[in-house]
Amino acid sequence: MTARERIAGNVANYVDERTGAAAWMKKNLQKVFPDHWSFMLGEIALYSFVILLLSGTFLTFWFDPSMRHVVYEGSYQPLKDVEMSAAYASTLHISFDVRGGLLMRQIHHWAALIFLAAIVAHLMRVFFTGAFRKPREFNWILGIGLLTLGIVEGFLGYSLPDDLLSGTGIRIAHAIIQSIPVVGTYLSFFAFGGAFPGEIFIPRIYIVHVLLLPGIFLALITVHLMLVWYQKHTQYPGPGRTEKNVVGYPLMPVYMAKAGGFFFIVFGITALLGAVASINSVWLFGPYTPAQISAGSQPDWYMGWLDGLVRMAPPIETYIFGHTISWNILIPGLIIPGIIFTGMALYPFIESWMSGDKSEHHLLDRPRNVPNRTALGVMSLTFMLVTLINGGNDIIATHFDLTINQIMWFSRIGVIVLPPLAFVITKRICLSLQRRDRELVLHGKETGRLVMLPHGEFIEVHEELSAAKKFTLTQHVQPQAIALVTEDKQGVLNPKGIRAKIQAKLSKANAENIAKPTATELKELESGHH
Amino acid sequence: MSKELEPLADPGLPEHVHRKADIDPIAAKRAERQVAVLFSLSAAGTLLFIYSFFFIKEDLFIFIPVMGDTNAQQLGIGLGIAFGLLFIGFGAVHWAKTLMPDQEVIAYRHTLRSEDSDRGEFIKAAKLGAEEAGLGRRPLIKRSLFAALGLAGIPAVVMLRDLGPLPGNSLNETSWKTGTKLVTDPGDRPIKASDLEVGGVAQVMPELAPGKKRTLEDIAKDAVLLVRLRPIDFQLDAERLSWTHEGIIAFSKICSHMGCAVALYEQTTKHLLCPCHQSTFDVTRAAKVIFGPSARPLPQLAITVDADGYLIAKQPFTEAVGPSFWERKS
Repeated sequence: MTARERIAGNVANYVDERTGAAAWMKKNLQKVFPDHWSFMLGEIALYSFVILLLSGTFLTFWFDPSMRHVVYEGSYQPLKDVEMSAAYASTLHISFDVRGGLLMRQIHHWAALIFLAAIVAHLMRVFFTGAFRKPREFNWILGIGLLTLGIVEGFLGYSLPDDLLSGTGIRIAHAIIQSIPVVGTYLSFFAFGGAFPGEIFIPRIYIVHVLLLPGIFLALITVHLMLVWYQKHTQYPGPGRTEKNVVGYPLMPVYMAKAGGFFFIVFGITALLGAVASINSVWLFGPYTPAQISAGSQPDWYMGWLDGLVRMAPPIETYIFGHTISWNILIPGLIIPGIIFTGMALYPFIESWMSGDKSEHHLLDRPRNVPNRTALGVMSLTFMLVTLINGGNDIIATHFDLTINQIMWFSRIGVIVLPPLAFVITKRICLSLQRRDRELVLHGKETGRLVMLPHGEFIEVHEELSAAKKFTLTQHVQPQAIALVTEDKQGVLNPKGIRAKIQAKLSKANAENIAKPTATELKELESGHH
Repeated sequence: MSKELEPLADPGLPEHVHRKADIDPIAAKRAERQVAVLFSLSAAGTLLFIYSFFFIKEDLFIFIPVMGDTNAQQLGIGLGIAFGLLFIGFGAVHWAKTLMPDQEVIAYRHTLRSEDSDRGEFIKAAKLGAEEAGLGRRPLIKRSLFAALGLAGIPAVVMLRDLGPLPGNSLNETSWKTGTKLVTDPGDRPIKASDLEVGGVAQVMPELAPGKKRTLEDIAKDAVLLVRLRPIDFQLDAERLSWTHEGIIAFSKICSHMGCAVALYEQTTKHLLCPCHQSTFDVTRAAKVIFGPSARPLPQLAITVDADGYLIAKQPFTEAVGPSFWERKS
């Protein structure tokens, strides 16, 4: 035994005698994780969160979350002797008078953008592959919670510097709070400690941004990961992969090296962006004052859809019984986002109800094999894309020489017309791809090699797929529509009534698929050919 | 649920193909060297960081294509950290991909559902616990406990009462009173009609009482935009026309939609545009909304001149400025 082994042994013995960890470690060091590039998306989100904690902690050492008025005396000459809030002055101080401070600010901001982009990409992967199905519904809901909190956290974060742009964002948030019927005015006065902007809002959102929300994040991420660990990761279908097993590489050493290395890569790329790509140059905007604004005011990308919705809202406001309701703010600012996020959170249950599928799933769907879900996903993305485009309508207008009115009208019509269109087109594409899979399995791949037969006929040689490929294309279970029972044998009407009818209709749409080839079909074809 | 049609047979895991480094010791040695080089590049990155942090002058700017003039120290620190991290990552991944085992292994899933016997015992234990606590048998305890728990939540809400004052009538009031002088912002100088040319725009504030300071809360309600047109350009009713002075019309600068500053004035079309959500107001028609999400015109401030010819407010705003709220009188 070498000295090193003896020391390691002693440490392990010391820990194990006090925790009994060896049994758990033995099992979990060998834990198998399936390998696929799309499984790294959630990892990027996790690593970005760690980067946010590290870079954010650094920023708190200098940032002064106060709206008290100070006169700027730092080294950025254009704003010298300008009156501003301590929050803005300390942001300038970090940017210009702390070595590496600007870099850290930029890393923090880039990491926030990557964090949310990774969450959204991860969510799309989970959605389109059906990874949210039983038994992973809770984890899906936790994920939606993390996305929602991430958007709030990001908004609070870029509101902190108290520059002209971020102050304008707060002004809009204030208007949304104030638009809430009955309690809105009171809520805004409580949140802002009086009239807008007051002197207390930034200190308040600061503590939410650096303590409350990160704490909740930590808790939710921990549960999210523990569930992944305990339920074991889903895997893509393929030869040797079943609902009962996990095929992949062991945690130690392959995943530790790969995932650990990947953390450094994500951090490195974020640092590289922070070093070379300037972001949120707050010193150009000046301090916030309610009477000024900069043209082309844009939120960060993950708020763009919300801003786009608000921009395209028709100018509707009602005044009834002495009370004003701003539908032009309420609908795009609160009601539609509420419907979207609630709908997302409930989707696993809605789908299971629609399809009648109550079984456990560990093998992922190929998106084409679930045309309805895939089409619904693309439909939602189309909706988001139109709103996002409208959120940047001023920028698009100046860059592409269009008028704002043109883009606004495109968005107002497009947001209603394009999503259903996207649904239909996507569903057709999925069915076409299924047809292609069927073709491939039954007749093989076109090789482009033309052969003239002795009697003069030309044929193209088709190359048979490998058994593995054939299996991958046909392993999925195709759903059957739920038969509608209007009345039972005794003639008693189905108590579910209209609900049963809707369910039957939806499950029929859900079951619309191209029949996959069966072993019998394949055999018949083979015996016919040869 | 579904009648599974006879599926194709599962051919099982594909056979493992060895990598070059698995069978060729020279290739393995090469991979090892590559990993070491990557780790060394990381160390070089950290050295670049140390050099940049301590030895590059803070005010040294260098020209870099695309990026333009760039602070050399910030760039050196950033690139140093980036390379220091990136190459550790590249090295570790390369190591895992070339030298660590790449044979996929199979692990089996455990059923998540508990054994029936465990479920039965769990239900028994839960029932027994509830039984022993006697919640079912002693409704008085149950009800009083729930009532107490519900009431105990009240302080959590009531304690937040002092987060802010009640709004009162404050949203309906601004600093504009009858006779308040319009002063320039910045500068705080009273202005005359002749100070503004036809086609010109100016931001004004109400004159401050001596010794008083203007707060951001004041600005958020008081900011007013003056636009001077030719009087014949107006399409106003008699009352609104009487609120103008020699072609000068005054509007609240705070957007009636969400409170942004309505700061863009198009001289040719005589439109005011809010850059936040593109609500567009026609100055000639008392800031009527002609495009965008805002549902109300910008409130117009009635102006006139005092004996010395300085512009003053004829009366306070007749409606609340800024975004709508529940109690707003339309």
